[in-house]
Amino acid sequence: MSKEEKKILEQAPVEEKELDIFEQGRKDHPEDDDTIVKMRDVRVAFKIGSIERVIINHLNLDIKRGEVLGLVGESGSGKTTIGRALIRINKVSGGEVLFNNVKISGKIPKKTERLLKTKMQMIFQDPGDSLNDRANIDYIVSEGLRAFKLYKDEEDRLQKVQQMMQRVGLRPEYLNRYPHEFSGGQRQRIGIARCMIMNPEFVIADEPISALDVSIRAQVLNLIREFQQERKMTVLFIAHDLSVVRYISDRIAVIYAGHIVEIAEANRLFEAPLHPYTKSLLSAVPIPDPKVERKKKIITYNPAELHHYVLSDAPKLVEIEPGHFVRCNTPELEAYKAELERLGGKK
Amino acid sequence: MSKEKEILKETPETKEPEVVVDVQNLSVGFTVRGKKINVIRNISFKVYKGETLAIVGESGSGKSVTTKTFTGMLEKNGFVTSGSILFDGMNLAKFKTDEDWRPIRGKRIATIFQDPMTSLNPLLTIGFQISEVLRLHHGLSKQEAKEEAIKLLKKVRIPNAEARYDDYPFQYSGGMRQRVVIAIALACRPEILICDEPTTALDVTVQAQIIALIKELQEEYHWTTIFITHDLGVVANVANRIAVMYGGQIVEYGTVEDVFYNPAHPYTWALLASLPQLGSKDEALSYIKGNPPSFSSEIIGDAFAPRNEYAMNIDFVKEPPMFQISPTHCAKTWLLDPRAPKVEKPKVIQELHARMKRAAEELKRQEGVEDE
Repeated sequence: MSKEEKKILEQAPVEEKELDIFEQGRKDHPEDDDTIVKMRDVRVAFKIGSIERVIINHLNLDIKRGEVLGLVGESGSGKTTIGRALIRINKVSGGEVLFNNVKISGKIPKKTERLLKTKMQMIFQDPGDSLNDRANIDYIVSEGLRAFKLYKDEEDRLQKVQQMMQRVGLRPEYLNRYPHEFSGGQRQRIGIARCMIMNPEFVIADEPISALDVSIRAQVLNLIREFQQERKMTVLFIAHDLSVVRYISDRIAVIYAGHIVEIAEANRLFEAPLHPYTKSLLSAVPIPDPKVERKKKIITYNPAELHHYVLSDAPKLVEIEPGHFVRCNTPELEAYKAELERLGGKK
Repeated sequence: MSKEKEILKETPETKEPEVVVDVQNLSVGFTVRGKKINVIRNISFKVYKGETLAIVGESGSGKSVTTKTFTGMLEKNGFVTSGSILFDGMNLAKFKTDEDWRPIRGKRIATIFQDPMTSLNPLLTIGFQISEVLRLHHGLSKQEAKEEAIKLLKKVRIPNAEARYDDYPFQYSGGMRQRVVIAIALACRPEILICDEPTTALDVTVQAQIIALIKELQEEYHWTTIFITHDLGVVANVANRIAVMYGGQIVEYGTVEDVFYNPAHPYTWALLASLPQLGSKDEALSYIKGNPPSFSSEIIGDAFAPRNEYAMNIDFVKEPPMFQISPTHCAKTWLLDPRAPKVEKPKVIQELHARMKRAAEELKRQEGVEDE
């Protein structure tokens, strides 16, 4: 993306104000400016008939401005729910979510909600299902631009879309084609194009590569990383595979059954995994070396056997070393501390 | 190409394992909008008894189509144009009607598909779907079939199998559904089990469990596995031999050690190089540019040439023959021709051993801790 284009996008007035509410939020709390998203005591529940199933409860998570935070866990752990709660697809039934220090969960003004959509975007898992079958690529990619009138005239819009297409490695001639004419990898690049054309501050990538061939995954990963580094965006990268997350993330949060069980800098998590669930995830990553793989032992995580939590000493997320948090109770904390000592300090 | 066949056929082994399936010069075509396209182009390979053969390639490389011919499950517009598939004295390529296939399909050669939700009937209970197989194939009574089915469910580690016998597929998680599919395949005691991307739709942790389960059951039941996947990382654990497919042909074939430690085809290099486990954080991951060939026009020369940075002029004109590298290892690339210039392999492949070691160490570390 060229400088000029960036400028145009930044200047594009969404509201007739000097500073929008989120910019104001940043200005009002300069001390908190390095945190873009804060989740405080968040609770998400789904109602099936009269039965309520709580998926996420008491979740606290800070996402730092400009970082890639990997969110890893198995199906049903609630990682997608977190992403969808952030972008208001799933309703938050308790606690609050702050974006640039402005509350974006629960009931918020229409204006704020609308503005939020220009700042927060999502890349979905299934590149087949998330694109409208009946819309051509031109429409799909420029839908956001149209909705917020982020272009001067038709020519300008087309130019923006074409530039974006080229940026994600698709030919501008493809604009009149329909999603079914593309391969999985290409469709995911269309998904990325429609996200990035909005020039968002914060992107939620929900398993963007799980449905793709390994050989294609790399180009989608590279693309997300390039955009992130170029625009200093913040990315929440949701995945179930640690090897993928390690490659792209600055920090990794491991989630199990709706709770964050461990969070640390990406390299540190690999150096010194403490929580048994993190270890089990690490043991599951296939190593492309037959001799090593044949000897591999899978560590299965069985919470009922491993943890003996009592109400009086409930597990909490504790900062065990700077920037490294693990969910544990008091005896576990002692054990983890001893383990950390053995592994050696942070380099 | 008869040369390819000869080389694969004459592969001398120290002790030649028994061949279960011998595929010779197989070609498969599809009729699409009145036009005939060749999707499998003259492949020959052998599957050895009790071993696991992994077929690796991108979507559209023809890996699923190849194995679908083993059970007569090609789509209606697909047909074997030439070649033979020899299995237990029969030529499966000649089979036409369902009547022909009945004694083979499911019974002697079973398949596990990618998506366990679509291979199970959502309207029938898990128990019914397993016991149905037992009643039809083994003639068990309803009660016997139920007992046997519960045994099978336990075998594939469904917790609380008795209670879950009457559950419906939607009440099972993805990993458990795949276990049920394995149990159904198991019910027939097949000689060959084709696993068509059995773990692609699953989480890594579940994937590791399913692969371990397949391996374990294979040791117990002594079947032969054909494992289809697009992820080379997965097969290091299960495979004895690997066939790398591209554009409807096998481009490299060898033991798992041959392919992982001494890959010869640029396509195999590219597949290995794109594995995130082998990538390092400070460099962009390498990937394969462009798209797999569409079969709508005839492929001239090496199918991989347009995407291959090592392509030579000849690759665009003439199809390379299969070059024998070692008794067990062969690859179909002109780079192996004695006249070809020496090429510098990609960085990841040059450093392959170091990178594998590093990946292993990074992930091994916690096991070391565990041992203490």
